[in-house]
Formats: sequence, structure tokens, C-alpha cells
Amino acid sequence: MAVCIAVIAKENYPLYIRSLPTQNELKFHYTVHTSLDVVEEKISAVGKSLGDQRELYLGLLYPTEDYKVYGYVTNSKVKFVIVVDSSNTSLRDNEIRSMFRKLHNSFTDVMCNPFHNPGDTIQSKAFDGIVSGMMVQAA
Amino acid sequence: MADEAPFQFLHNEVIQYIYKSADSGDTEHGRNISTLESMGFRVGQGLIERLTKDTARFKDELDIMKFVCKDFWTCVFKKQIDNLRTNHQGIYVLQDNKFRLLSQLSAGKQYLEQAPKYLAFSCGLVRGALSNLGVKSIVTAEVSIMPACKFQIMIQKM
Repeated sequence: MAVCIAVIAKENYPLYIRSLPTQNELKFHYTVHTSLDVVEEKISAVGKSLGDQRELYLGLLYPTEDYKVYGYVTNSKVKFVIVVDSSNTSLRDNEIRSMFRKLHNSFTDVMCNPFHNPGDTIQSKAFDGIVSGMMVQAA
Repeated sequence: MADEAPFQFLHNEVIQYIYKSADSGDTEHGRNISTLESMGFRVGQGLIERLTKDTARFKDELDIMKFVCKDFWTCVFKKQIDNLRTNHQGIYVLQDNKFRLLSQLSAGKQYLEQAPKYLAFSCGLVRGALSNLGVKSIVTAEVSIMPACKFQIMIQKM
């Protein structure tokens, strides 16, 4: 269960950020922003690891003392960032991957919506629903 | 993806509609073409998002062009591009010897002057797809003998 989920556009501005309302939201915005650097580094590290499958899931970007940050980039250079609580050790890699899959599918649906202009913030209620399903339930 | 026939009919009707609803008829030829092209652009953006959902990340520009020639073209037009040429300096020429949207129009030189109308949407489609993949480009198309056509893609370096 995620604590914060963010969708960031190709030009590195947020299309959608949602975090737990009880916490200090700015801290999450900052965490997501700094994780962008790590994402860039992973994307451009083509030369060194050609054995790497060049897949979309980037894995654990970096751990902080309270949180772990995971990244995923689409072929259209839109980045998804998920922040989870470090104390939640039961979350396995596969579950994070499936969360990203669901996010990507939902994002694709948003892009195909003719009323949505690419580059605008995401206003879709369906997307909101998917994200709510993945966030930790607020007390 | 959707079957061919409904898409072709819809495409032809869209072109007729745009031309009929333009106030000054033929003198606005350029504007109608741009309208069609920008429609194709938006569709291309959404379509490429759906198509690249499961593919691996692209290595470089040539990789992207090959994807467009094979998977993208197969998905939209049910066949692959017949010939891809490049000068390795940002110009790519895609040759399709039997372009689906033109094959019902004629099999030679008849209706050649009407061809640009029918290619505008597809040019926009390619431009939108490339733009969403991070490649800024200008796409033009030319026909010398129906139904073969050549799409020329000029990559714009930012």
C-alpha cells in the first residue's frame, strides 16, 4: 500500500500527485522531486548494462530512513513514482510491479480520453479511483 | 484493434465532412488539411501510448522508426511499411506500396490530385506518435502512382 503516488510528465512537471492527507504533503513532493534525478540516471545508463532488459520498471530508486521510493518510466517518458512506508516490509517486488502495471493501464486510458489534452493535469475520476485503491487507507 | 472497413469509411466521411463544413470550399484547402492533420496528431499520441505499454524501452531514434514501420503500421493499417530509407541525418522515407486508405480510390493516376486529403490524417498520426515518443518531426506524404505512397519524416533537432 503506497503512501504517495505521483505521475510526472516528460518535461518533469507533475501531472498528478496524491499523498496521504494526514502527513506533511510538501515532504512527499520534495521526495518525488529528488527521485527524478535517480530516474534520469537510470534511464541514461544505457551503455554500462546492456544485459539489462531495458524494461519499463526501474525498481527501488532509493531508500530513506522512513520510506522507499520506486520508479517506472513509460515509452513516452512519463514517470510514475510510488513511495511506500519502510516499515511495511511485506510488500514484495511483484506487488510493486503490479501496482505500476495498473497505473500504466489507467494512465493509457486517460491519454485516450478525447477530452484530456496531453500535458494537462489528470482529472479523471477513474484514475483517482485506481490510485485510491492503492493508497494506504487513511484512519 | 478495430477492423479495417469501419475505420476506412469513417476516415472518408471525416474528410467529406470537413470539406463540406468549411465555409469557402476549395480556397480553404490548406486549413482543411491542417485540421485533418491535427486530428491525426491527437489520435497518434493516444494510440502510441496504448501500443508501447508493453514493449521494451527504445534504444535510439532508429529503433523508434523501426517500431513505427512495423508494429505501429501493422496495428493501424494491417501491414508493414515496405521500405524504410534514411540518410542518417534526420530524414526518413517510408514507402508503402499499397496504402490501405488509398487502395479503394484508384489503381493508377486517376484521382491523384485528391490524394493529399486522404493522406493528411495519416501524416498527423505518424507525427503524433513520434511526438509522444519524444521525437519532434515534420511528416509529409506524396503519391506518384496510387496506391503507393511515400511518407517523408524530417526530424527536428531541438
